[in-house]
Amino acid sequence: MPITRREFVLGGLGAGVAGAAGLVLSRTPSDSEPRTASKPSSTGSAAGGILVLLTLYGGNDGLNTVIPYEDGSYLGGRATLGYQPDQVLPLGDGLGLHPNLKALKSLWDAKRLAVVRGVGYPNPDRSHFRSMDIWQSAMPDDQVVTGWVGRWLDQTGNDPLRAVSVGGSLPRIFGGDKAAGAAVPVGELTLPGGPSVRSAFAAMAQPSTGASPLAARVAQSGRDLLAVDDAIAHLLAGRPQNDEASGSTSLEGTGGANQLTPQLELVARLVKAGSPTRVYGVSLGGFDTHANEKETHARLLGDVDEAVGAFFKSLEGSAQGSRVVLVAYSEFGRRVAANGSNGTDHGTAAPVFAAGAPVKGGFYGDEPSLTDLDSGDLKFTTDFRSVYATLLEDLIGVESKASLGTSFKPVPFL
Amino acid sequence: MPGDDTRSRIAHLYRRAAFGARPEELDAAVAAGYEATVDKLVDLTAADAGAAAAPAPTFTPEVLAAQLPPDPEARRQAQLAGQKANREEGRRLNQWWIDRMVLSTTPLRERLTLFWHDHFATSVQKVKEPALMYRQNEIFRALGTGNFETLAQAVAKDPAMLIWLDANENRKGRPNENFARELFELFLLGIGNYTEGDVQEGARAFTGWQYRRQTGAFNLTPAQHDSAAKTVFGQTGNFGGEDVIRMAIAQPASAAYVVSRLWSGFVRPVAATDPVIRQLTPAFAKDLDVGKLMRAIFLHPEFLAPASRTGLVKQPIEYVVGTLRALGLRAAGTGTNLPQTLDALGQQPFAPPSVGGWPPNGYWLTTSFALTRLRFASAVAQKAKLDSITSVPVTDRPAAVARLLSVDGWGPSTSAGLAQVAGDPKALLAVALVSPEYVLA
Repeated sequence: MPITRREFVLGGLGAGVAGAAGLVLSRTPSDSEPRTASKPSSTGSAAGGILVLLTLYGGNDGLNTVIPYEDGSYLGGRATLGYQPDQVLPLGDGLGLHPNLKALKSLWDAKRLAVVRGVGYPNPDRSHFRSMDIWQSAMPDDQVVTGWVGRWLDQTGNDPLRAVSVGGSLPRIFGGDKAAGAAVPVGELTLPGGPSVRSAFAAMAQPSTGASPLAARVAQSGRDLLAVDDAIAHLLAGRPQNDEASGSTSLEGTGGANQLTPQLELVARLVKAGSPTRVYGVSLGGFDTHANEKETHARLLGDVDEAVGAFFKSLEGSAQGSRVVLVAYSEFGRRVAANGSNGTDHGTAAPVFAAGAPVKGGFYGDEPSLTDLDSGDLKFTTDFRSVYATLLEDLIGVESKASLGTSFKPVPFL
Repeated sequence: MPGDDTRSRIAHLYRRAAFGARPEELDAAVAAGYEATVDKLVDLTAADAGAAAAPAPTFTPEVLAAQLPPDPEARRQAQLAGQKANREEGRRLNQWWIDRMVLSTTPLRERLTLFWHDHFATSVQKVKEPALMYRQNEIFRALGTGNFETLAQAVAKDPAMLIWLDANENRKGRPNENFARELFELFLLGIGNYTEGDVQEGARAFTGWQYRRQTGAFNLTPAQHDSAAKTVFGQTGNFGGEDVIRMAIAQPASAAYVVSRLWSGFVRPVAATDPVIRQLTPAFAKDLDVGKLMRAIFLHPEFLAPASRTGLVKQPIEYVVGTLRALGLRAAGTGTNLPQTLDALGQQPFAPPSVGGWPPNGYWLTTSFALTRLRFASAVAQKAKLDSITSVPVTDRPAAVARLLSVDGWGPSTSAGLAQVAGDPKALLAVALVSPEYVLA
């Protein structure tokens, strides 16, 4: 089933952006804002980094993303689904990127792409929902409704702009007990109806004594909308929609359009405008490739590569942009061997990507064995919460334990 | 603000069992009483008198690969034309179902059709053919109020479902687990009530279940079917797919799971272990009669408890349908492109975000959806007939809007907001339509 695990708001789907050949990320931006994260503190630091979380819904096939092309067991289980050694973009260690990940390869060559290998968690769950809940809540053993970024928000106040998810719905990652991130559509963000409607809407969104919890949340979402509308309108006032002339936009032609590109375009605009946002969320669905995987997966990775390449290109030379780290993950990888339908069934561990100027490029964690398996699936080598600990401690600049419940050893890619 | 009077209780019933009550409907129901109104709403023996005014869309037959011209460019053009036709038919299908819900005189049947669409969530994004989504929708409508196993067996052989969960790829010796896993996890049992082994063995029972595009029908392909013994739920035998569905439904966890899903969809989210589910499950387990269960739900004291009355946010489809019913509008008359609006509100019919359907409540309360709701509300307020508001003095108008929208009354913040725009009936209606009181179901 193709999982589009969230709704993409139709408005403002941009045309594809030119490829990212020759992409270079500068470590020395044109002005002199601090690039690196501050020392961990309890509240985070305004001078720290900016995290962009890219969620790949459906279970991305990690073995056809970072390809162990020198391991005979790879093509052994994937005669037609696998890639030949001369097709991959070699990274060293017998691993190569999928042929469509050209911009990511440029980032790798510029030492701005970290590949954390074999990321997973104990007792892997093969349900999309449960596994994504685990990744987004960062609580594998408990059914909690809050997300790991949401719990950071809980500690740090009320401004909904601190975490912005692009799209209509808000993934669990951004929900806390008290606070929540803002969901911002890719299209126009203007309230209809003029000043009188706005004023009445604002009055109605005030807390009401005796309101039920859900009614209070409706009111809260109204207050947040007004705050975000004010802040973003102010930030983007007078700024062009795109640095380069944007192509035609079409509400009809959504079939072939890259759904990630407009999301990352909005993030780039907000970053460059100096939004106080510390965590952004973007996503792409459709990775649940049970059947005839090769073409679908290649197209999806091509979309990721195109959008991410264009994103970093548009941040070049921006001091704010040099603070950005984009992290891509999925709820699980897929089985080592192809199934009978030229696809793959739900698996376990998979690589996580981290890209950006603050990133120390290279491999982290051990590549899982393709033969020492757990019921046909890879054994994880790095706990995903270690990646989160790195991001919280070294990018956001807070102690990670408050959000993750326990201390996890960071992965030194920052 | 929940009240204890009959009017408030019946308004709540209409919000959950129908798509809200029009003022005159509510007046008549109050005169008839609560229990009589429940009986009227759950009586689905009568035909839907609104159906004739929303005739089903027609679909062009699917162009099969073998029918495409051999010339590559002509082939590409034919494929593009097919995709364009599907998009257009998809829009018409969306519009048709919204109208069907707006005009229905048996609204609980449409509510259950929507519920089952969410429960057995299938998306046109993979199925591609709107005609097949329509066929599935008619299964939910025809069987969704009767025996649950009959419904589940029919859905399992439905072409849209077969395509959605890769049935054609599930073959003897090369099983594809997609359907068996979601069948247990989401459709029949709930997570924790089956093993990985049940999924793997169960998948073998469904091998050879195929959809034939040539005939448009379900087909058991014997050469692809694994007829060796399987062990599922501790029993071993040469089980077929029907057996596995029957055995799953016979598991003690199944009835409680299905009851908890229905209670969660119509009353408020609860777990299968909740005491109210334990009370309702034994009767349902005996006959699997969904219609009888719905009556028991609406007559259960917990249905009218304060936590239940404020326990659900309107899903966008019921929000839009209820609004159009209250304002006397139809899908084509909202002043917006309705399929696009529903997509921006997060709930495009026939395109759930995943096989898990749409999450409830907090999922709908984002800043982004708040903005889209306000845009929709502003647009329909321009189209609505406002006589019942303009005909009363300005100070009485908020109460008139409450009556129009079948809301019990306004809390202090909403009253303050509405008072600001009471002189402008369109603005008043738009703001009322995004009030917490109206956004909640």
